[in-house]
Amino acid sequence: MTKLWKKYILWFAQEHVDFRVAEFESIVKLFSLQFRNLSEHRLKPFWLVEFPNDETAHQYASRSIALRSIIELYSHAHTFPEFHKQLQNHVHSHQGALKEFFKATSFKITVETYNKHFSQREKVEKIETMDYLPIEGAVNLKNPQVEWWYLEFWGLDPTAVPAEPEDILFGRMLVHGQRHLIKQLSLKQRKFIGNTSMDAQLSLLMANQALVRDGDLVFDPFVGTGSLLVSAAKFGGYVLGADIDFMMVHARCRPSRISQKVREKDESIRANLQQYGCADRYMDVLVADFSNPLWHRRITFDSIITDPPYGIREATEKVETKVNPKDNTRTADMAHYPSTSHYALHHLYADLLEFGAKHLKLGGRLVCWLPFHREDYNESIIPQHTHLRLVANSEQPLAGNAARRLLTYEKHIEYIKEDALNENSNDTQLTTAASQNFRERYFNTNGEIESRQERRMRKAALREQGRLEMEMRGKLPSDGRAKKCDLNKARFN
Amino acid sequence: MKLSTYNFLTSMAIKGVKVGYPLKLTINKKDVIESEFNPVFIQRLLPKLDWSAVYSAAQVAELADDIPAAQPDNVAEDEQLLQRLHHLLFEIDVLEGQLECPETGRVFPITDGIPNMLLNEDEV
Repeated sequence: MTKLWKKYILWFAQEHVDFRVAEFESIVKLFSLQFRNLSEHRLKPFWLVEFPNDETAHQYASRSIALRSIIELYSHAHTFPEFHKQLQNHVHSHQGALKEFFKATSFKITVETYNKHFSQREKVEKIETMDYLPIEGAVNLKNPQVEWWYLEFWGLDPTAVPAEPEDILFGRMLVHGQRHLIKQLSLKQRKFIGNTSMDAQLSLLMANQALVRDGDLVFDPFVGTGSLLVSAAKFGGYVLGADIDFMMVHARCRPSRISQKVREKDESIRANLQQYGCADRYMDVLVADFSNPLWHRRITFDSIITDPPYGIREATEKVETKVNPKDNTRTADMAHYPSTSHYALHHLYADLLEFGAKHLKLGGRLVCWLPFHREDYNESIIPQHTHLRLVANSEQPLAGNAARRLLTYEKHIEYIKEDALNENSNDTQLTTAASQNFRERYFNTNGEIESRQERRMRKAALREQGRLEMEMRGKLPSDGRAKKCDLNKARFN
Repeated sequence: MKLSTYNFLTSMAIKGVKVGYPLKLTINKKDVIESEFNPVFIQRLLPKLDWSAVYSAAQVAELADDIPAAQPDNVAEDEQLLQRLHHLLFEIDVLEGQLECPETGRVFPITDGIPNMLLNEDEV
């Protein structure tokens, strides 16, 4: 029976679309899964794929964050007659295997339509078109033994819904993905958070990109509040972190929740892990400056997951002597706070890649974010290192013109010291121009400084353009304020 | 700070320091936090550890009787030793203490279980 490959629908959440291919490839690699005939259209929420057995599908679903569910496919077509013909054929030819599901005592069929809304009545009508299915059990909407799903895909563009659905699919619900973790690890309920805590979904995606397995040693050199360590620990990694900010690592910095005046005494990165039941996975956090060597050459990490500071919410700093130190009246017994200076992004990434090349195990992964301006994006702004191969690169748009990319590198050559000495300066290649002024340009939407009047005129022109486009689509522009006034008037007449 | 972390820390960032290892550990206050024994993880960590630093840490933590001074050949098969290593490396948490650079004598304080490895600007 091992040769019986089956078709499945991978149903994805339509969020962080650019990350799902990378995640799929990572999980396939993590469990060495076999698959074939993956559908081409990667933006669609429904992918079709063949797995050798249900177990493979279960393994994939046990880690995927982008995935809603996996449905065992019975029929897929582009037109209704073709769909019903296929479904009848499938039911007929798989009689033996499907018998147990059709004979189950209770069932439920759910209709899901993408990009077009149908009323409950219309949905029931759709279900009734499949009355030839030999279902024997009774309907049970709350707690059915078997769940079937009927899916219609009506394109991706809500402004141009086609006359007929592009895809019609039917199958048996097999297993759900790990999206419940997003809620479970939500920052809203987390004990210790800060301005730069990564949201649960992205940090889980990062842990998947890093191929974190049970018993791995995972390091975050810019740990902050430890939000990336939480997801790594959730997947079984032993976590270690470092940060230059003493107050942050000790959880004594200003609270970032609006309702909170002071940090509670028991807030800490360790407390976060305790909250999610993975306190055993906590190794340590320490206060250290990433630009200086700290770790013994012998230590190797299974993965490095990090979100370096971009200089927007958190300053990019390292310890350094300032060129003109202020003359001050310090005495020897006063506490000394080392002076920090700007840690240019391109230096930071050069150090990060070099660190990864040195301290990752062979095949280990470095997963990090790179901020950039969309207009200067091209392949050449991605930092490169001779010992690291870029395996994934997904974009998340940020405010305005800014965006960031999640970069995943894999170490593919053993680091040899002599080697590095010779070509040290060439190891990391990256264009400095693009990253140098990320902060300055982030705060000026066009990448150049504009006066307030210019900005107002630009925005007004944009609104006018939007209004014209709306009229062209045949939508009447509605004046919200006038509507409200009319409503009020009507109430008094 | 756990004693496993201690095994990897150096002071080589200080100007003029070449090796900066092992750091001299002083424990003023420690805690024992029990955690789940994971033999696979310890076995994977073993080749990365410096045994002399493991032993000196055991001496400071007053557990030297548990750990042999030289690394035995077949640690991975000795379940009892792995258990003791687990206790030494993962369950002892140094709350207050210090790490001292063997070459310059520079002291890195450990407060609330977190070592501060920051250097002053004139030291880097």
